[in-house]
Amino acid sequence: MERVAVRDEGTDDHVEVVDEVAREYAGRRGALIPLLQKVQSRIGYLSIDAMERIAERAGVPAAQVFGVATFYSQFRLAPVGRHIVKVCHGTACHVQGALAITEAITNELGVEGEGTTADGEFTIESVACLGCCSLAPVIMVDEDTFGRLTPDEARKIVKNYGD
Amino acid sequence: MGNPGTRVQVTVGLSSCGIAAGAAAVMRAFEREFAERGVDARLKRTGCIGMCYREPIVDVEVPGLPRQTYGGVTADQVGRIVEEHIEGGKPVDEWVVRAEGRELPDEAYYSSQVRLVLRNAGVIDPESIDEYIETGGYKALERATTEMTPEAVIQEIKDAGLRGRGGAGFPSGVKWELARRQPGNEKYVIVNADEGDPGAFMDRSILEGDPHAVLEGLAIAAYAIGATEGYFYVRAEYPLAVKRLELAIADAHERGFLGDDLFGTGTSLHVQVKEGAGAFVCGEETALIASIEGERGMPRLRPPYPAAKGLWGKPTNINNVETYANVPWIIMNGAAAYAAYGTDTSKGTKVYALAGKITRGGLVEVPMGMTIREVVNDVGGGVPGEHEFKAVQLGGPSGGCLPAELIDTPVDYESLTKTGAIMGSGGMVVMDDTTCMVDIARFFLKFTQDESCGKCTFCRIGTKRMLEILERICAGEGREGDVERLEELGKSIVTSSLCGLGQSAPNPVLTTILYFRDEYDAHIKEKRCPAHACRPLLTYGIDPENCTGCALCVKVCPVGAISGDRKEVHVIDQDVCTKCDACRQVCRFDAVTVR
Ligand SMILES: Cc1cc2nc3c(=O)[nH]c(=O)nc-3n(C[C@H](O)[C@H](O)[C@H](O)COP(=O)(O)O)c2cc1C
Ligand code: FES
Repeated sequence: MERVAVRDEGTDDHVEVVDEVAREYAGRRGALIPLLQKVQSRIGYLSIDAMERIAERAGVPAAQVFGVATFYSQFRLAPVGRHIVKVCHGTACHVQGALAITEAITNELGVEGEGTTADGEFTIESVACLGCCSLAPVIMVDEDTFGRLTPDEARKIVKNYGD
Repeated sequence: MGNPGTRVQVTVGLSSCGIAAGAAAVMRAFEREFAERGVDARLKRTGCIGMCYREPIVDVEVPGLPRQTYGGVTADQVGRIVEEHIEGGKPVDEWVVRAEGRELPDEAYYSSQVRLVLRNAGVIDPESIDEYIETGGYKALERATTEMTPEAVIQEIKDAGLRGRGGAGFPSGVKWELARRQPGNEKYVIVNADEGDPGAFMDRSILEGDPHAVLEGLAIAAYAIGATEGYFYVRAEYPLAVKRLELAIADAHERGFLGDDLFGTGTSLHVQVKEGAGAFVCGEETALIASIEGERGMPRLRPPYPAAKGLWGKPTNINNVETYANVPWIIMNGAAAYAAYGTDTSKGTKVYALAGKITRGGLVEVPMGMTIREVVNDVGGGVPGEHEFKAVQLGGPSGGCLPAELIDTPVDYESLTKTGAIMGSGGMVVMDDTTCMVDIARFFLKFTQDESCGKCTFCRIGTKRMLEILERICAGEGREGDVERLEELGKSIVTSSLCGLGQSAPNPVLTTILYFRDEYDAHIKEKRCPAHACRPLLTYGIDPENCTGCALCVKVCPVGAISGDRKEVHVIDQDVCTKCDACRQVCRFDAVTVR
């Protein structure tokens, strides 16, 4: 997956978030990844402002922070929608028709493949296994997991979150 | 276990899969019913019971009555269970899936299982250290640290014949010994809970169902090796496992099973959890170590092995979740009792995650050496419906697909390696005649291609070339010689990659070519997908003989490709049709045809 970082407007306050989080991890070895995780969980993604500040606080080149952030699929470089829909495309879900689930959801939300809807309500991602394989096909919306889905049920679940 | 007490006990399986199936709502419904009716009962949480196909699962133990297990429970059913069973003493038989003293079909799921690793999963409350202690928990750690020398512990693990459950099957006692022999006081122990195989959930279920068992195994290993610091590296997608693990660590610390001067012996161990950030290659031990150090998870050349030079350059022992979970059992019951299970070279039991086209999907633990037939058919109930068993995929992206002809292969390290598949970590995805093996090969290659860290040229570019060929074949554009090109590329990638990811990435392709060559030929030569799975090769049509003009398909078609008035034969516009199969699934008259 290719990811490009964008310099957004109005992300100055991200620096404050980084400062707060960085204090927690000060002096700990190998803290870069937990730090990025914590910052992302607060802001929703990693903006350029946030990553540059992390580099400053950690005393490493910004390129290193960026290198780590782009290596791991968990890190997002762009803002996300209000709800995150993860569609599992692990082996069990693939065999049980995950493709049709993604299609039903993207159809319902009017987007092409993965990404964020124009109204900023939903971000659709595909993931490789949510660990509930015997309930395949499985999706996760925010913190809730749903299994044994038909495309129609998946559509309805997502729709319910929109209201 | 009967209920010798005087109090009603209701146990709800609250693992991730139980919760996904609605178990939390069932739990709340019981709370409500008990409060409203003034029932005095103990409502208890437990981890994964194993029968994922029956989730949500509720165990009801009423004093004086045989224990009953309900499956597929919904919140609406709770009222009747409380009224008729708990208050009235008459179980709601039609919802019971397992009962003491009664032979129900689900019994087959358990009759050949031997639960050593899963001894407590689905039995105790994983969030209660007291329940773990009541089952004899932390006695093994006490015995190891107070009655055994580190060398004796290592000898016991060697005698038991325990081999790594993370895939490669390296003898654990030997590995511990290597780390023990390294000079220096700063050593580390790591639990590999990255569980990257997409389609496997053994480690998640163990951590969610019995976190203390893994923690105890880790502490015993730390004592044997002389390590004072431990890490759990847990996959990003497992929030519940992380939560229960962190609670277990805090509780164990408070009770003195972790921390300094354990059992007054001067041994100490401090443990922390690291969450992965979504990279399959980080399951590889050297990449995992790089990731804990806060770097990109790139594998390093071995040797030096982590036992000599691991985390922060210090001697490190790294084992899989299930490997550690075996350890307390071995210390308490002895190496001989453990080695009594399994085959000559593969001892003990193995946990499998059964999924895919299988009737009873879930978590099973059986002695090593059982055949695939026994696991898939006897325990798992075989392929559901009218369909035919075609293959089972073992070992995930590093493994292979075994065909029906090899269904009598015993599952042990050596037998599986001989077939071209591998034991892997224990994921078993069953496939039937609707699964296309070329598509499965493409699926896995896409996965490894995405996950290749890019360090080795053959792994980075070779997998990409293989994927392009497979995508072409699945799109109906396969050419003469493609299969040979795949084989050639596959063999080069195997021999010229640094880590296990590249060395095994071609396995799913090579095994499907070996066992399902006819499917490749059908795609390439006849432009036909026998399993009707590769969409570009399909044509949907409507059989005028069967079509009643009910318009159901017209309604469900997401792209409006079907036209025709009510009571008239419908037609599909081939230029618009996306072959999503929705029409065929809703048609009640078998009128939608696929070629
Ligand atoms: C690409 C790749 C992915 C791996 N993923 C895992 C994993 O998810 N879990 C695991 O325990 N071992 C995994 N391994 C194996 C580890 O490198 C290592 O052998 C294992 O953790 C050792 O523990 P064991 O001896 O208890 O099996 C992986 C290896 C490779 C090459
Ligand atoms: S394959 Fe989808 S949950 Fe595991």
